[in-house]
Amino acid sequence: MGWGLKLELKGITKRFGSLVANDHIDLVVQPGQVHSLLGENGAGKSTLMNVLYGLYEPTEGQILVDDKPVTFDGPGDAMAAGIGMVHQHFMLVPVFTVAENVALGNEATKAAGMLNLDDTRARIREISDQYGFQVDPDAVIEDLPVGVQQRVEIIKALVRDAEVLILDEPTAVLTPKETDELLGIMGQLKADGKAIVFISHKLREVKAVSDIITVIRRGKVVGDAPPSASTTELAEMMVGRAVSLTLNKAAAQPGEETFTVSDLTVLSATGQRVVDGLSFGIARGEIMAVAGVQGNGQTELTEAILGLQDHVSGSIRLEGHELVGKKVKDIIEAGVGFVPEDRSVEGLVGTFSVAENLILNRYDQPPFARGLAMKPAVINKNAEQYIAEFDVRTQSAEAAAGTLSGGNQQKVVMARELSRPLKLFIASQPTRGVDVGSIEFLHKRIVAERDVGTPVLIVSTELDEVLELADRIAVLYQGRLMGIVPAGTSRGELGLMMAGMNAEEAQAQQAQVEAEQTDVEGGEA
Amino acid sequence: MSTATATEPQQGSAPTDVVRNWKTPVILAVLSVLSLLVFAIGAPDNSVTFRLSATNDALVLPDIVLSAVVTGWVTAILMLAAAVWSFQLVRSGRKVPGWLVTVFAVLFIVAFLTWVVGSARTPNVALYGLLAGSFTLAVPLIFGSLSGVLCERSGVVNIAIEGQLLFGAFSAAVAGSLSGNAFVGLAAAAIGGVLVSAVLAVFSIKYIVNQVIVGVVLNVLVSGLTGFLFSTVLSSDPAKWNSPPRLPIISIPVLSDIPVLGPILFEQSVVGYLMYIALAVIYVGLFHTKWGLRTRAVGEHPKAADTLGVKVNRMRFMNVLLAGVVAGFGGAFFTLVLVSSFGRDMTAGQGYIALAALIFGRWNPLGAFFAALLFGFATNLQYVLSALGSTVPNQFLAMLPYVVTIFAVAGLVGRARPPAASGVPYIKG
Repeated sequence: MGWGLKLELKGITKRFGSLVANDHIDLVVQPGQVHSLLGENGAGKSTLMNVLYGLYEPTEGQILVDDKPVTFDGPGDAMAAGIGMVHQHFMLVPVFTVAENVALGNEATKAAGMLNLDDTRARIREISDQYGFQVDPDAVIEDLPVGVQQRVEIIKALVRDAEVLILDEPTAVLTPKETDELLGIMGQLKADGKAIVFISHKLREVKAVSDIITVIRRGKVVGDAPPSASTTELAEMMVGRAVSLTLNKAAAQPGEETFTVSDLTVLSATGQRVVDGLSFGIARGEIMAVAGVQGNGQTELTEAILGLQDHVSGSIRLEGHELVGKKVKDIIEAGVGFVPEDRSVEGLVGTFSVAENLILNRYDQPPFARGLAMKPAVINKNAEQYIAEFDVRTQSAEAAAGTLSGGNQQKVVMARELSRPLKLFIASQPTRGVDVGSIEFLHKRIVAERDVGTPVLIVSTELDEVLELADRIAVLYQGRLMGIVPAGTSRGELGLMMAGMNAEEAQAQQAQVEAEQTDVEGGEA
Repeated sequence: MSTATATEPQQGSAPTDVVRNWKTPVILAVLSVLSLLVFAIGAPDNSVTFRLSATNDALVLPDIVLSAVVTGWVTAILMLAAAVWSFQLVRSGRKVPGWLVTVFAVLFIVAFLTWVVGSARTPNVALYGLLAGSFTLAVPLIFGSLSGVLCERSGVVNIAIEGQLLFGAFSAAVAGSLSGNAFVGLAAAAIGGVLVSAVLAVFSIKYIVNQVIVGVVLNVLVSGLTGFLFSTVLSSDPAKWNSPPRLPIISIPVLSDIPVLGPILFEQSVVGYLMYIALAVIYVGLFHTKWGLRTRAVGEHPKAADTLGVKVNRMRFMNVLLAGVVAGFGGAFFTLVLVSSFGRDMTAGQGYIALAALIFGRWNPLGAFFAALLFGFATNLQYVLSALGSTVPNQFLAMLPYVVTIFAVAGLVGRARPPAASGVPYIKG
């Protein structure tokens, strides 16, 4: 184990066909530093790191380790050179134990190739104790919470004596508390002389943990910034123009409560209560945002409203009509607009044209159809209108929706769902994987829908987004409602609720924490 | 006021409710009513003899003699009781326990055997022969399933088991005949199996052709090729091309004298003993060696394996080739043990049954072994029954193994979880 490793990227260019994902990128990562790579989705951060980790071969450019040029033929070479990576989507075999995952590719063996997992277990315990990970080597990965799985990924790198750790969007899947713990772990690793490359688009985290920030936009390095740079400066570097990070929305004018959910319970196929006795209502002209870590029943809640779930009990009423037990098509026709969480799988048909995708919810109704025949001229005219209105960047209305960028795809979905008068609008992860410029636009459209008097239900795992949009916030934990709190509730309090505390307890604990450290977190946010 | 403000925060997993699943009670009910109608009301007025040992065995166990009517009624009533109880269990929100299903299955088999043997012209059956024959017939199925285990665990769907078996059988017959040595035939069978595997591997791993289609096409290709060579070359001079010597049957001293089980387990050909070795090696290899860990990793999450420096496609290639060796041995069983000549399409769909055994055995070598035994039993029962002169038409008896297969795979497996990346080609980047 050496003490530290200096890593240098010189003029790295990576092309995929005509697309230039990385354009002459220079980067120097010093040992004992947290070096953040800040950029929007699609800016080329992950591509760059995959080049560095030997998963992609660079089209041009050089990688230097301790000033010596190296070429990586695969991740094996990168690991041998002391580079470890924690991928955004964990590279863990779900049915294997922690020890098996850590051993894989680096197995200790006895005679005749028999596995010797005892050595691996010992190493895991050693590292786990050193950093306070609390990881059981014999636990099966799929039974572990995401935060622990991530630690297993870090252990995988450390067992291989990694001196440079690449963390690719590591906080995307974590609760605020887990995020804080991870930032703490990064501090410890840094103190041990490791170099850490932290990839993120979350300004607050980047500022909190970095020693130096490199901003990437459209495959190019825009420049470096110190962590003391303001969020607006960083956002401007990242997007390339001034952006307003706060949405100026008027106060809600809630009207009559036309959408009510009472005692809603949804069972999974195996009998788990994935949604457990939820009751809430949304008024006309109000945005209710559901906060929670991914996988706490949000998906099932929205799908139950839309009639996509099987084992549903309780009641969902929209303007006095019961929705439970109705067919999906009837629910849609009753005036429910729905933006699903995964646009590429559920929101769009990637091989259909933009114009066709824009009428998926009304394709069989006039004016788009007469009898069995569709009317292409009307469909195209409709498409032109929405492409202009939502500023969808597409070559034409005939282009396949799958060829559009994430933000533009999301605009197509949103345009379709908002293209008719609604009695309820549901949007799940409305801006996931969408560039900052489009986020601003999509948020404004959501607020506009509220302002015409539609009850709006937003589900988001991004606390920033929840705080941005919500008039009231409902927090879900393991399918249960931890409470409904007003829009101005603090991050800390929401974080505690997202980890399973009810509203009153969270408020009490947060007040106590704030009393203890009055001046530490005050300036930020 | 929301309901949740009063709820205590809880750690651990979410509470579960039971999703009532009526499948099991309904199946049990249908089967028990069927038993009542056929095996009890329709019972032959006969007594049925099950012989446990041959007269020349070292230790002779007494015969079991049952009255068909009494057995039919007793089992039918017990089965009905089990069905009613399972209904009540499900209604009260509980699961039907596995042991109840097992007891039910045993009762059903006893009732069926008693009825079907009782209605035969000679209501007397050698149970030891039935079991020994089942085991023998299961040998190629076990090899086939193990071949499937190797492929699927590494992420390649192997529909071509049938083709591997058939080509193994063909190669063994030809090489055995030409050399006059059964062991040369055995080696040739392994090579034949590997050839089929190599085509499967190249097309499914390198050229990323749909694996199911490649498999099916390979089966048709092997069937056509061996059929053509059989009718042109092999039939022209059977003495030269198609009369391989048989592999000798080796009795293991002492062990083979154990009553009932001894002759079944320890009087095997070399292929039979190879099957034990293959089973043990693959089981231990898969779960306790470096090779096995990597094999399972590339079958579950190839990208994870790749990021750790495991060569995914090379791993898959090696496994598919190894699977060819295993299936080839299974093919040799047909021409070097069962009969001593090759016949057109002589594997007769056994490869597909092996595939079913693999799924029924939940992609586990031991599970596949027991599933193959079950299918072997069904096949042998069919032979034994027609020999006894059963009143059930032959065509129906011939369906038996396949009916068992469908019930086993569709009804009893439940939600088996195949290797996550099985059938998914790995493309880097």
